[in-house]
This record gives sequence, structure tokens and C-alpha cells, in this order.
Amino acid sequence: MSARTNSMLLGVAALIIAAPLVLNPAGQFGGTDDAASEVVTSSHPAYEKWTGPLWQPSKEIEGLLFAAQAAFGAGLLGYVIGRRHGRSGK
Amino acid sequence: MHIMEGFLPAGHALAWTCVAAPFVALGARSLKRIVAERPEARLNIAASAGFTFVLSALKLPSVTGSCSHPTGTALGAMQFGPGIMAVIGTIVLLFQGLLLAHGGLSTLGANVFSMAIAGPWVAYGVWRLAGRLGAPAAVTIFLSAFLGDLATYVVTSFQLALAFPDAQSGFGGAFAKFAGIFAITQLPLAVAEGLVTVVVMNALQSRMTPVEGAKA
Repeated sequence: MSARTNSMLLGVAALIIAAPLVLNPAGQFGGTDDAASEVVTSSHPAYEKWTGPLWQPSKEIEGLLFAAQAAFGAGLLGYVIGRRHGRSGK
Repeated sequence: MHIMEGFLPAGHALAWTCVAAPFVALGARSLKRIVAERPEARLNIAASAGFTFVLSALKLPSVTGSCSHPTGTALGAMQFGPGIMAVIGTIVLLFQGLLLAHGGLSTLGANVFSMAIAGPWVAYGVWRLAGRLGAPAAVTIFLSAFLGDLATYVVTSFQLALAFPDAQSGFGGAFAKFAGIFAITQLPLAVAEGLVTVVVMNALQSRMTPVEGAKA
């Protein structure tokens, strides 16, 4: 596939991700995990959570760890694609 | 897509762990065999793991007004079969469960089943089927990633509905409610994941001999 097709596909993907912020500016954009947990709590008020997380990071540390996870993954992926690219250029 | 720590009754948590464990064990064996037989595959396995790490760290906004993340498990499933993704997905879920309080240890089995087993198997099945039907490579890759991503969230809804059926409408009503939260939010994100997977797969496969059974 051509570089142009690739950038077009990535562009459409970026649009799909950005669109909700424009189409639904009033949205809370909370996590679906929390939304589902709330449904459980409200539909089954008798249910007792029998265990909790061992450790709960603060919002800032959570951001750090998510960024670290993404950076690690992107680094790995970029390394492999870069290596292939370099080799095919020879 | 995680079921949060403590939000599955102990019996369900244990049952899903028992269901998931053999897949992870077999996946580890398959991973070992692939690396032994084709050492050159290590690079692309690393790339597949990296892809899952990045995508599952990105919480993206959806039109429903809530956020969710793609899974990225189809990329590895298409190249190396669904088995190895059970191992890679478990590592990602452990990271998020232990360090981020997203998901958790008690719900690990259920989360591994939806994200690291069901998603990759659906992705792999779609990939094989669409390839056999003669669909163009890009369409095959897109469908595989799109449906694999969506399958993860449908299974999560199923798991929660099974544990928490609605008082009036039972399992069906609860499933509709959870699917409304997870699967609907996920639809546009799954489309985006499908598109990105096509691009990454192309970048990875430009100099790679296709895997058995995979037309690309």
C-alpha cells in the first residue's frame, strides 16, 4: 500500500477519535469501567465488594504509569518498524 | 474494558480463572515453539506486544460521552495465531491490574478471557475466513481487528450480565445494559483500531514471508 493510503487511513482514524469531542462537547468522558461498576452497584445494592485493589495510584501517578505503558509499547513497535525499514532500504 | 477489582462474585472470578488458565499455558508453549522454530519471528512478536501495550494504554473518547481503550490484540493473532496473545495480554492486564488499579487480580481471569483469549480468537477466525473467501488483504486485516476488538467488549458485557442479571429482565436485560455501556462506546474505537492495524500490519509485513494460512 502506498504512503498516501497509509496517511489517509491514519487520518480517518484520528478523525474518528477527535469527532466525539466536537460532536458531544457536554460529555463527561469518564471511563466505561467505572460506568459498569456504577450499574452493578445500583442494580445490585446488596452486592458486597469482597476485595479491592492492592494499590491505588493518585491521578498524577496513574497518568505517569499510563504514559510509561504507552511509551514502552510505542518504543518497541517503532524499533521493529524502523529496523525493517532500514533493512529494506539497503 | 476491565471488570474492576472486586466486581465479580468470588465463584465467577474463580470460574473464569479456571477457564482462562489453560489458554495461557498453551499460549506460552506456542510462544516458545514459534521462537525456537523461527528466531526471526521475535521481532514481529515484540512489535505485536508493543502494539497491545500502546493501544491498551490509550483511553479514547467515544460518541457516547465516555472513554474506552482499544485492545490491539488482533495484530499478533493474525501473524502468529491467537495463542501467543493470551500470554502477551495477560502481561498487559497484570501491569494494569497491579500498578494502575484498572482491573485486578480477582478479575484477572475474566479480563484475560475477554481481552487476551476471546478477542484474539475472533480476530484469528475472521482473518482465516475472510482470507479464504478471497477478500483483499487490507479488508481482511480491518475486519479481523474491528471484530476482535468488539468481541472483547461483548464478552465483558456477557461476563457481567452472567454475574449480575437484572431483577426484572434477567440475563438478557442486564446484557443489553452492559453492552450499551461497553460495546456501543467501543464501536467507533474498533473502527479506528481496524484502520491503524491495517497500516501497522503493512509496515511489518513489507519484508516478511506470510504465515501459513494467512494471505497478505
